[in-house]
Amino acid sequence: MTTATVKKIRRAFTGNEAGAEAMRQINPDVAAVFPITPQTELMHAFASFVANGKVKTELVMVESEHSAMSATVGASAAGARAMTATSANGLALMWEIVYIAASSRLPIVMPIINRALSGPINIHCDHSDMMGCRDSGWIQMFSENSQEEYDNLIQAIRIAEHPDVLLPVMVGQDGFIISHSLESVEVFDDEEVRDFIGEYHPKNPLLDTDHPYTFGPLDLQDYYMEHKRQQHQGMQNARQVILDTGKEFGEKFGHHYSNFEEFHLEDAEIGMIALGSTAGTAKVAVENLREQGKKVGLLKLRVFRPFPFKELVEAVKHLKGLIVLDRSDSFGAMGGPVFLDVSASLNNLTKKPVTRNLIYGLGGRDMKVQDLEKIFGMMEKTVKTGKGAGSSQYYGARGDD
Amino acid sequence: MKKRMKEVRWHGRGGQGAKTAAFLLAEAAMDDGKYFQGFPEYGPEREGAPIKAYTRISDRPILQHDAVSDPDVVIVLDDTLLGSVPVTDGVVEDTILMVNTKMTPDEVVKKIDWHGGRVYTIKATDIAMETIGKPIPNTPMIGAFIGATGMINEKALESKISHKFLKKLGQEGVDANIEAVRKARKAIAEVKDK
Repeated sequence: MTTATVKKIRRAFTGNEAGAEAMRQINPDVAAVFPITPQTELMHAFASFVANGKVKTELVMVESEHSAMSATVGASAAGARAMTATSANGLALMWEIVYIAASSRLPIVMPIINRALSGPINIHCDHSDMMGCRDSGWIQMFSENSQEEYDNLIQAIRIAEHPDVLLPVMVGQDGFIISHSLESVEVFDDEEVRDFIGEYHPKNPLLDTDHPYTFGPLDLQDYYMEHKRQQHQGMQNARQVILDTGKEFGEKFGHHYSNFEEFHLEDAEIGMIALGSTAGTAKVAVENLREQGKKVGLLKLRVFRPFPFKELVEAVKHLKGLIVLDRSDSFGAMGGPVFLDVSASLNNLTKKPVTRNLIYGLGGRDMKVQDLEKIFGMMEKTVKTGKGAGSSQYYGARGDD
Repeated sequence: MKKRMKEVRWHGRGGQGAKTAAFLLAEAAMDDGKYFQGFPEYGPEREGAPIKAYTRISDRPILQHDAVSDPDVVIVLDDTLLGSVPVTDGVVEDTILMVNTKMTPDEVVKKIDWHGGRVYTIKATDIAMETIGKPIPNTPMIGAFIGATGMINEKALESKISHKFLKKLGQEGVDANIEAVRKARKAIAEVKDK
């Protein structure tokens, strides 16, 4: 699969270190930092690159995440390549400005170290933080492991800054499970990465005083809707840009990316959709069950916004059963956020797979290979008997099994 | 289901270097051409509190990211943990136990009702005091691990130690750590085939 000849070295990195390494190579003009577990170590590592002169970044230490996103928006509007990073409640505190970043069409890239939102207070992984701002207008990607965190961040710069897109990107990695776990990561040559990313030429920088622009003005019934329509179009355009960038990245570096990864899915009867680190664990479950002759497969969702509904339908429409895993709840909805989008995507199919949704792993609850094997078995039964079809349930919560 | 990798669980107290050991073993495995994961279990972190950390070593990429439930090797850095934390959790019949203690393997087996495989005891704190001059048992325990399992190459560990600690500890500190590793490995090797 790897045909690329780019120089690379194998390093032992935690997910946070992999994120910091990508940021070192990206060398943003400005980074705003505020600590929050489990993100703290990423910016800690990056701050030492700044202190040691490995990057030219201006590090802005702020007093809250609301200020971190505000400083990033300000820097980006001024014409800088600007980044910040956060987790859970930090992202929640940024909320107001997260929307402003997207609607101001600022190509900010932000690693999110996925963590459960309070309360009760919990520092471990789930996806409620990123899912909470799925309608904010940011492009959203999830990483299976440290390698993907690194690869996704590099691609995210290209995607965000593409003139047809001009939207911010958040790249998720599972808190602690990936962020604090040491793994093998292939790191590419600095020059090759910088060559791939390219120099940043901001479209309408505020500091270009010869061509003055206004950012963030009052925009009422007269033009607000046109601006939203353009923002909508930017997100639509991102679909092709994400695919093109993934392809180019693969050709250059040997790691191939699309909206999602199919794992033994093509000839499968029972499929599973998962994202983040669980997708890796699910691959082992699929391999184990395949050895027993079970026709199971996995679709690992990488890009959640824009949701790749057309391609996803093509990839799963042949299945008899499809189980969708959500690591966050959408309280009061028909199911978790991934399930809602998958169900809506399948809506126009005349013959569709039997679906089921499980909400799992909240607040870092472990999901084992054996659990995933059991879930495939559950889904096989649902296909046979119809029992549980279309339902959404918690998996692994006491008193529920 | 046959496991595709080897899994090590480290038990220690906050400050004893369980996480460092789990990571160092993982990095040595990388230098030995293997795939690896190293990760601690995070709870409330306090100096002296019982903590767990894990190392996975494999010849092929490790895809799973669940917790280690049935370790191949359990390493206990502090014998006051025996009987106070469940070091026997998930142990199967050929799980190896290695304890830093002055006790004999028989005494350890009795104390914790061990039902796994071979038990090795090693005075790693004494070795650390003799070589490094500090009561940090983690590097000698990695040496003991290599002596008992042969799972990674000793040279890979030694080069990792010099690479990682030269700046921080100087050549003398590196040499002391390597000596600790060698002493512990030898001590285990002497009892291994008995």
